[in-house]
Amino acid sequence: MENKLGTVVSPSPHLRSPAGTRNIMLDVIIALVPALAASVYIFGFRALAVTLVSCAACVFFEWGYRALMKKPQNVGDLSAVVTGMLMAFCLPVTVPYWLPVIGAFFAIVIVKQLFGGIGKNFLNPALAARAFLFSWPVLMTKWVAPFSYSSIMNIFGGADAITSATPMGALHAGLLPNATVAQAFLGEIGGSLGEVSALMLLLGGAYLVFHKVISPRIPLAYILTVAVITYIFPKGEADRLSWMLYNLFCGGLMLGAIFMATDYTTSPITKLGQIIFGIGCGLITVLIRYFGTYPEGVSYAILVMNTTVWLIDRATLPRRFGGKPKFDLKGGAR
Amino acid sequence: MFESFFGDLHPHDFKEATSGKASRPMAAPPYVVIPMSLHLGEPCSPLVAVGDYVKMGQKIGDSKAPISAPIHASVSGKVIAVEPRLHPNGTKVMSVVIENDGLDTLSEEVVPHKSENLTDPEVLCRIVREAGIVGMGGAVFPTAAKISSSIGKVDTLIINGAECEPFITSDHRLMLERPEELMEGIRILKRVFGIPFAHLGIEKNKPDAISLLRSKCGADIKIVPLKSAYPQGAEKQLVYSVTGREVPPGSLPAAVRCVVFNVFTAYSVYRAVHEGMPAIERVVTVSGDAISNPMNLICRIGTPIERLVEEAGGFRGSPFKLLMGGPMMGSAQYDLSVPVTKGTNALLALTSRRDRSVKEPNCIRCGRCAEVCPMRLTPMYIHMYEERDDLNTLEKLNVMDCVECGLCTYICPGRLYLTQSCRLGKNKLRSAKEAAAREAAAKEAAAKKEEEAIKSGK
Repeated sequence: MENKLGTVVSPSPHLRSPAGTRNIMLDVIIALVPALAASVYIFGFRALAVTLVSCAACVFFEWGYRALMKKPQNVGDLSAVVTGMLMAFCLPVTVPYWLPVIGAFFAIVIVKQLFGGIGKNFLNPALAARAFLFSWPVLMTKWVAPFSYSSIMNIFGGADAITSATPMGALHAGLLPNATVAQAFLGEIGGSLGEVSALMLLLGGAYLVFHKVISPRIPLAYILTVAVITYIFPKGEADRLSWMLYNLFCGGLMLGAIFMATDYTTSPITKLGQIIFGIGCGLITVLIRYFGTYPEGVSYAILVMNTTVWLIDRATLPRRFGGKPKFDLKGGAR
Repeated sequence: MFESFFGDLHPHDFKEATSGKASRPMAAPPYVVIPMSLHLGEPCSPLVAVGDYVKMGQKIGDSKAPISAPIHASVSGKVIAVEPRLHPNGTKVMSVVIENDGLDTLSEEVVPHKSENLTDPEVLCRIVREAGIVGMGGAVFPTAAKISSSIGKVDTLIINGAECEPFITSDHRLMLERPEELMEGIRILKRVFGIPFAHLGIEKNKPDAISLLRSKCGADIKIVPLKSAYPQGAEKQLVYSVTGREVPPGSLPAAVRCVVFNVFTAYSVYRAVHEGMPAIERVVTVSGDAISNPMNLICRIGTPIERLVEEAGGFRGSPFKLLMGGPMMGSAQYDLSVPVTKGTNALLALTSRRDRSVKEPNCIRCGRCAEVCPMRLTPMYIHMYEERDDLNTLEKLNVMDCVECGLCTYICPGRLYLTQSCRLGKNKLRSAKEAAAREAAAKEAAAKKEEEAIKSGK
């Protein structure tokens, strides 16, 4: 039949929400900016340079792979930029610039594109890349103390002022770090590039929750689990409260809980599932920190939980409207 | 998180273009095209032939099927054609075309019924059926069939004034302009069900209608302000919002002792009883950013939509989509000759400004579709398994529960066609089940035949 009007005939609905993938990714990037700013303040402009290299490499590999495979481009969705920022955030600021490029290749090509691209990967690309980059363990553990740069503008040096005494190292040994709780909260501590300022990460998280990009379920479940366990079972001679607070503010917990564990593709979609996922991440994080050889367990905890997402979703599908409750208090499980 | 659809998430629902304007009666067109399918169920057969003279309100189509409603002439004049014409559903449907003589000569069949015993369900059902009343909210289910199947099974009567679809204000205007008639219609329904009071649910985005009806209604009609959240006006969601009862999957509201009628349906019942007037006109919202002068029009059933567009000042810019019904559940049109039907609550023309579809839709597993689904389904998984033709998993995901409200597609940031995946999934599952049933029946028949052959052979 003829369409004289020239109107488009398609099935309903005929309206789309303004928030597309690109807007969501842009919101995540905005939410990461405060932490990046803190990092520049603490570690100098090298932090920004590493982040930019990482982002550029991620975007390049995203574009290059799809161009090579003759697949439609979707670099414009900005997800590669988010991956680039997150990966840079979990590297020491001293890494040579070629390291994030290798990481970007692993994250984008191996972890993301080989599985089908955005939304199809089963591991968080940034964390998987970080795990892969531990093939260079020396480079990955060259920490610097805060404000140890000779000049804030120095983006090629910085690798000289190396210290092994990170707060996580101290906690691993059952000692309290050599910084006040306030310093740890603000970020005046050693650690990975973007993880140091709990305050700025929380600010970013609040922005995401306010803009309804993420729900607070996973971060809250994750952080509360770590808080409860570390409070009940402090290690060494430490006082419970400060032990708990250092465990929350040092290391990658805030970055992981707010930005990594909430990655849509690698976290459950059901409400109950998200809480289970957060608790699981918290448990494994504390187990690794207490009993593992690594001082930090956030990234491995999230990677392990990533692999359980489909199981969790399947087990926690919501009760259909008008359907019988899964558990009836009177009749027991059905 | 996204419970409120346009309420929280989107500050406006595009209703302000028409909600403040009084509905305008539209002159009857030079000819009307009345399809013989204006309701859910068997189409009617025409009762008139080319050359016949028909009067306004005269029955021109009827069916003997239990789920059907007769069809009436909306103008007086000569029948100039009885032939298949394009219907808003996209197919050609047998239609009666009447040339309007401009006199609106009333049929003798149009007589008030108010002196009859309206509390007798049989009497009311007859009046309602003969008036051709159907669910005027858009579902067009024959109202008499709904009444007769619910009588004695319900303790709650709910009148649907939610009007949750964006743009549409026809029910809103009706509530403001015909409150007395509407409430009398509600009372007629209430009495036949023998229920002490009726609930009238109205979304909170219509505060003027809420306060007006509150000031006018007695103790027997309870106004229930509802959260402005699409799909608040969907039958199951409305029943839940008003009573807290969940209609079980695959059941009608009567399963939880409720019955729901749209406000326009209640108003039509009033007109049928007090004026004897069948359903031959309705209020249509003509709106959208491609309409010059959006407004509500009171027009005859069978008016070609071209007339409505003209009445509203024509198109502004080029229409990208022309919709009959709301933007969430309405159907796209491609021809201005299709007529207004009993369920046409809106005619919308949209520009491409809000077209956000992309070439390469990608699920990012954000879970928003599951979060907003009023039936608590997981559209993203349904999409995934539909693509893979995994019917067993589709069934486990309760795809048949989908009410096709469109919210998952609306919210999807990856711009997937999730509602369409659900529709396809439902169709695949339905046809697989039908095929299985046919196969089983054929096997049984074959076995019987064999058995008989053996018997006769002995």
